[in-house]
Formats: sequence, structure tokens, C-alpha cells
Amino acid sequence: MKNKFNKQTKDNLITYGMVIAAFIIMQILLSMGKVSSLMEGLLVPLCTYVILAVSLNLTVGILGELSLGHAGFMCVGAFSSALFSKCTEATITNSGIRFFFAILVGAAVAAVFGILIGIPVLRLKGDYLAIVTLAFGEIIKNFINVVYLGRDSKGFHFSMKDTMSLNMEADGEVLIKGAQGITGTPNDSNFIVGIVLVLVTIFIITNLVNSRTGRAVMAIRDNRIAAESLGINITKYKLLAFSISASLAGVAGVLYAHNLSTLTALPKNFGYNMSIMILVFVVLGGIGNIRGSIIAAVILTLLPELLRGLNDYRMLIYAIVLIAMMLFNWSPKAIEVKEKISTKFRTSCKGKKEV
Amino acid sequence: MALLEVKNLGISFGGLRAVNNFSVQIEKGQLYGLIGPNGAGKTTIFNLLTGVYKPDEGSVVLDGKNITGKSNIDINKEGIARTFQNIRLFKDMSVLDNVKAGLHNQYHYSTIEGILRLPRYHKVEKEMNEKAMELLKVFSLEEEANYLASNLPYGKQRKLEIARALATNPKLLLLDEPAAGMNPNETKELMDTISFVRKHFDMTILLIEHDMKLVSGICEKLTVLNFGEVLAEGKTNEVLNNKAVITAYLGE
Amino acid sequence: MSFISYLVNGISLGSVYAIIALGYTMVYGIAKMLNFAHGDVIMIGGYVAFLTVSGMGLPPVLGVLISMVVCTVLGVTIEKIAYKPLRMASPLAVLITAIGVSYLLQNIALLLFGASPKAFTSMVSVPAIVLADGQLTISGETIVTIVACIVIMIGLNLFIKKSKAGRAMLAVSEDKGAAQLMGINVNGTIALTFAIGSALAAIAGVLLCSAYPTLTPYTGSMPGIKAFVAAVFGGIGSIPGAFLGGILLGVIENLSKAYISSQMADAIVFGVLIVVLLVRPTGILGKNIREKV
Repeated sequence: MKNKFNKQTKDNLITYGMVIAAFIIMQILLSMGKVSSLMEGLLVPLCTYVILAVSLNLTVGILGELSLGHAGFMCVGAFSSALFSKCTEATITNSGIRFFFAILVGAAVAAVFGILIGIPVLRLKGDYLAIVTLAFGEIIKNFINVVYLGRDSKGFHFSMKDTMSLNMEADGEVLIKGAQGITGTPNDSNFIVGIVLVLVTIFIITNLVNSRTGRAVMAIRDNRIAAESLGINITKYKLLAFSISASLAGVAGVLYAHNLSTLTALPKNFGYNMSIMILVFVVLGGIGNIRGSIIAAVILTLLPELLRGLNDYRMLIYAIVLIAMMLFNWSPKAIEVKEKISTKFRTSCKGKKEV
Repeated sequence: MALLEVKNLGISFGGLRAVNNFSVQIEKGQLYGLIGPNGAGKTTIFNLLTGVYKPDEGSVVLDGKNITGKSNIDINKEGIARTFQNIRLFKDMSVLDNVKAGLHNQYHYSTIEGILRLPRYHKVEKEMNEKAMELLKVFSLEEEANYLASNLPYGKQRKLEIARALATNPKLLLLDEPAAGMNPNETKELMDTISFVRKHFDMTILLIEHDMKLVSGICEKLTVLNFGEVLAEGKTNEVLNNKAVITAYLGE
Repeated sequence: MSFISYLVNGISLGSVYAIIALGYTMVYGIAKMLNFAHGDVIMIGGYVAFLTVSGMGLPPVLGVLISMVVCTVLGVTIEKIAYKPLRMASPLAVLITAIGVSYLLQNIALLLFGASPKAFTSMVSVPAIVLADGQLTISGETIVTIVACIVIMIGLNLFIKKSKAGRAMLAVSEDKGAAQLMGINVNGTIALTFAIGSALAAIAGVLLCSAYPTLTPYTGSMPGIKAFVAAVFGGIGSIPGAFLGGILLGVIENLSKAYISSQMADAIVFGVLIVVLLVRPTGILGKNIREKV
């Protein structure tokens, strides 16, 4: 009993330690000036991807539902928080406090979207759920691209056509400018905040998994009918897990938005391609394995950058590595070979000891 | 008054009449058997009693409360727990966590308390662990508490499923072919366990079984089902000597 | 008149979606996998036709045939190397592998043909039809696309219902294990499905590029997703469903572009999909499967 508890705690401590160690090493390298500006610029996005991967693991690994719309929740979090920061820049001058509230706004709005989308969607299963979440992500992205929002002395003005139809006074300020998005979001995020948010995300997910709620969610994943027969409220726990996952994706969006001077909803950052990329992190890191998600997110984000010397070939190599890793990890033949090697290794070790 | 009172239960799937006019009364503390040839509608009755299917007609009253047509989640909360013919464990969870999932509605703390690891989390988790281990001990599964449920041998998986059902603290326990796939030794052991559970927890049990030895060994009363209808009911010995029952089972 | 014109163009676009969706749905029905790389096979088909016709000056019909052969070989090879070893693995693993294949095809095309769009000259030499005193013009591309889609649909249906290989496909899609016991070559049948799906993708590629004549390594990606939506829309695994879903999707997309907002057209298409799935969780013509307890 005690043993198991310790194992979990130890496991979690390793994960936290890994993140903190990576942070310290990075800080030392930064202070020594050994980090290229390109690498430096990648630090906050890296934290964003790690949060996205860990939070998607809650939906895919723990809840066991395939979601292809995670970038949509990130998008919602990014835009709502950027809007908040822009509106309160004059009133809340302390950037730390403002960013703290921005995070709460982003998380809350994304959670609300998670619930709104989750209620209809979570009734579907498997591939149907996947395509509908993908559809929702695309709708969110598309919608933000046609939204115009302005503010003047009379209050907020909203349009879905263009800046002119906002009908603002002369002193009016355009906040969201359709496809051009939001410009001038205060640059409140940095690497330290990013790491703190990564740690908070890991804390929330790992503690959730090892709790009454987490057990209920995993029970639903493993066998819905049996979970119902034990009186576990399926809808409630599915929705809870889905919206926590969405909310944390929103936090990732907040971090992302406050690292850019211009925030636009492009297929590249908030489209289904992004959702798929996050899913790749989760599956490659091991479904349900939090530490694996983190490592996969970091490696797969850095890989194309490390391969930059290879120019045009880097994405090609990325694709080949991805396929090769999937085949190596999942094909029954490869698993068999791996097991053979590991048992051989073990028996040969044992043999030596006995001698 | 009987603990479970079922009157004129019926359901059709498309044109097929799966269960027709099924009635049964089970007294508190009784061990009741439901037998019948394959396809007679036994599991369908379990599904009707536990709310997996909604009956087309008839009523189910548990402990004086009408629970007809309630969802399977609510029916469990009212006090009926079950096992499944094709074992439905939480395969990727530990043996202990399977039972703790069963304890879900017996012990409470909020999601926030769980995430923030507030004192109540530690206190309640400790109580849950103790209760779960106690249940596992009844089924001699305490050694395997940290195994993945899917790694248990077949017989132990069946036992774990019963332990998990008991964790919900039911008034009535439904066992769907608990001895299916077991060898005679395991069946014997299971019979002892079921008798023990009945005494130890003062439990009322309704079980579906094919194994006649098991049925005649431990059930006091039986209902025999054929083609979705009650063929005979009464004390075990009388029912098993009933001519119609013998015909249904062995043919002319 | 303009409404009819939008409608006809919508049906034409929908026909392309339908042809792609047929490939999606057949592969899903048999291999139970979402072949995310299907859209990129379309793109390869487009490039091959472009190279053979515009580059080498071959007649369009020959170009299309070569494109079909190349795509068929490509599809079967992908299946053999990337998907077959994972047949027993988790569906998620197969999905990610398919995504990897999709990246691979896009980047191969990027290396071979560059990122700049190629101006695709139409492969269709059928003259446009002018109706109602010149108020309504139906282009040759539109006619050919719609006709091709109908012919493919009928041909595929006959093939599956009447031929031995087609019935083997049905059997494999119902139950792989049982089909194997009945002496059906399961691996061969799956390979054949990929072959047919990829050949259809080549045709779709040529038709798509004839109607929208810019060709880049990412051309296939969005139509691929849309066709996937169309397949789900109609009920994934069902061939008439894919046809119906494709046509409906094309019509909805074109009409919303014309009457509501061109920027919101995709959102509207996805919105309709969501509504359909909420009303009918397995699509319009999908089968409802009840889990046995």
C-alpha cells in the first residue's frame, strides 16, 4: 500500500524535477549567452506546447476520447485574454497582476467553451467525436477571422463585416480587426511564467488523475457500462475532464498570445493542423503518460529547429522520424523483437551474476 | 414485504418478444437463482432490473420504492449492483482502484479538494483504501491489490467484479453467470465465497447460472425461464424435479 | 438564374468531394482507419497529371491514366509499409502514422516541385453549355465532373455488389476474422481497397485542379478534410452515404459562399455537420450499432 503511494509521488517528483532542471539549465545557458536568439524565441512557445500536450493527454489518455479541436480552445483562451489585457492595460498597470487575471479570463472562457461544446459532442463516439471536435475548432478559427470589435466612449461595437460598420465615434479604438486579429497585446509572458504554468498544469493533471474524480474518469474510459452500473455519473465526469482539458488549453493560449505583438487566427497556429500536432505529441509520448507528453512536445518542437541546417529536408526527415517511431513503438512485430532483446539482456545479466 | 418485487415485466426488440410477463419476489437475505436455456432472456431481465433497458411494461419495486424505468446509474444508487456475463473490469486500472471506483458514491470529497490535496483528500483516501482492502481480503485478492486488473487470472477477475459490485454497498446483488468458464475446483471455491458474502454482508443475491451443481448447492429458490416466460418457480428441489423444467433442459 | 448556376457549381464541387469521400469511406469501412494521407494522394495525382500533360505534352486521357497508375501504386505501397504492420495496434497509432504519411507526401512534393503554385491547365476539352439565352453557362469542367462522379458511383456499386472481389470487401468490412476463416484473402482485399481509393483520388485530383487551377503541395489537404467530413456526414463506411454527403457538402459550401459569407462558408459547412451528427450520431445513412451488455 505504502509502496504504491510512494511510487506515484516519486513518479510525479521526477516529472517536476525534470521540468525544473531543464529550466535551470536553460537559465544558466541564457546568462552565459550560449543560447541563439532563435532558441530564445522558442522558449515560450515550447512551454505553450508542453501545456497543450499535457492537457490534451487528459482528454485522450485519461478520458479516452479522441479530440482534434484542442487548438480551438487555445484560440479562445488566446483571444479572450488578449482582449482583456488590451482593455485593462490602462487601468491595471502592474503587468504581473494584469497577466494573472488574463490567465483566469483565458482559462474561464475556454472552460465555458469546453462545456458548451462538450455537452452535445461527448455523446458521440470515437471517430465521430474526432471529426466534430475538428469541426468546432475550425468554426472558432473561422469566426474569429470575421469578427470586428471596437470601443469608444459609448461602449463596445461589434460587427462581422469590416471596421467601417462598427460605426464608432472619432475617438474609437479598434480592438479586433477581423483577419488582422489583435495588435498591441502587452508582452506579459516570459519563460519563467511559462515554466510556472507548465508546473501548475502538471500539478493539476497528475493530482486529478490520482483522485476520486480521476478514477471515475478512467473507469468511464475503460468500461462505460460497468462505470454506470457502479452509479458513476458518466456525463458529469466526461464533461468535467473535457472542460478542465479545454481550460488548460486556454491557459496555453494566454501564454501564447502575450508573447506576440500581433495575434491572428491562422490555420498554422489555431487550425486543425495545430490540433493534430498536439495529438502527435500525446501519442508519441505515450497515451496517458504525462512525462512522455512533455518530452515528446519538447523534442518534436526542437527537432525541426535542430535540423535547420538540412534546410528543405528537415520537414521530410521529421515526417520519416514520425512514421518510423510509430512503427517502432506500436507494430506487434517490433514490440516482439524489443521484448526478445530485453529478455535476452536480462537473462545474460542474471547469468553473469550467478557466475 | 419482499425486498424485490417484480410484476409483469416485459420488453420487445423489434418484433422479438424477449421477456414476457415476468414476475418474481425475493425476500431479504434470500439467495435466489434464475435459470433457463440459452436465449431464454435471463441477462435481458438483469438489464431490465438494472436499468440498462427500459421495460415496455411492468414494474420493479425495491425495498418498497418503485424504481421502474430509472437509469442504471440511479438504480445503482437505489441499491442494486451487478456483475456481467462477459467480465467488465476497468482493465487499465489497478485491482485496488477497481474497488475504489466502486466506492465512488460511498465516500466524498470534491474535485478541487482532490487537485489541491487538501486534508479531506488524505483522510477520505485513507478510509477508502482501508475499506477497499477489507473487501479484497474477503476475496483473497489483497496480495494482488496493485496488479493491473487485466493481469489477474480469469477466476480472480470474476471475484474482483463481485468485490467491486459489493463496494457500492447494495441491498441486492445480481450475479450474471459467476461460474462461467471456471473449472470444478474454482466453482466449488466460488460457491463458498458466495455463501460467505451472503452471511458476512447479510446480502440478498439473485444469480443467473448454468451450472446445476452450483444452483442446487446454494440457491433456496429458483425461477426457470424459457422463451422469455416463467416456466416454473419455487423451492430449488421441487423446481428441479418439475417435469416441464426437465423437458425444457433435456428435451423429450 | 444565378441560383441555378451556384447550385450546379455546388453539385460539381460536391462531386469532387464525393469521389474523394468514396475513397475515404471504403478504406474506413475495411481497414477501420482514418486515412489522413488520402488528401495528399489527390495532390500527387494532380502533380503527375500536370507533369505528363503540361510538361511532357501527352494527351490528357493518357495523363489521367498515368496519374491513376502512379497513385494506385503509391496507395498500395503506403498501405504495405506504413499501415499493415499496425493492423493490430491502437487506432490512434494508425491515425498518427497516417498523419506522418501526409506530412511525408507534402514534403516530398515540396522538394520535387517547390512551394510556388503551378498553373494547372484544364484537362477538359468538353465545351461549355449555354442555356437560357446566355444567362446560364455550365462549364465543360462542371459537366465532366458531375458525369464522372455518377459513373464512378454506379461502377463502384456494381463492382461491390456483383464481383467476387467486391463481395470479399463487404465481408472483410463486416468481420475480418470470419472473412479470413471463409478463405478470403484479407490482406489482398485491403490492398485492393487502397488501390481503388487511390485511383479515385487521382481522378479527383485532376478534376479538382481543372476547376481550381492552382496546384501546391498543400492543395489536397483541405479538400481531404472536407471529403472526410462528407463521408462522416453521409455515414462513414457507406458508399451511397459518401456520395450523398459529398454532393450536399459541395452545395452547402457554394450556396453559403454566394449568399452568406465567403469567409464563413467553411464554418457553415462544419456547423451543418455538427447538427447532422447531433440528430443522427452515425451520419445520414450510417448504421446504428447498439452495444450488447
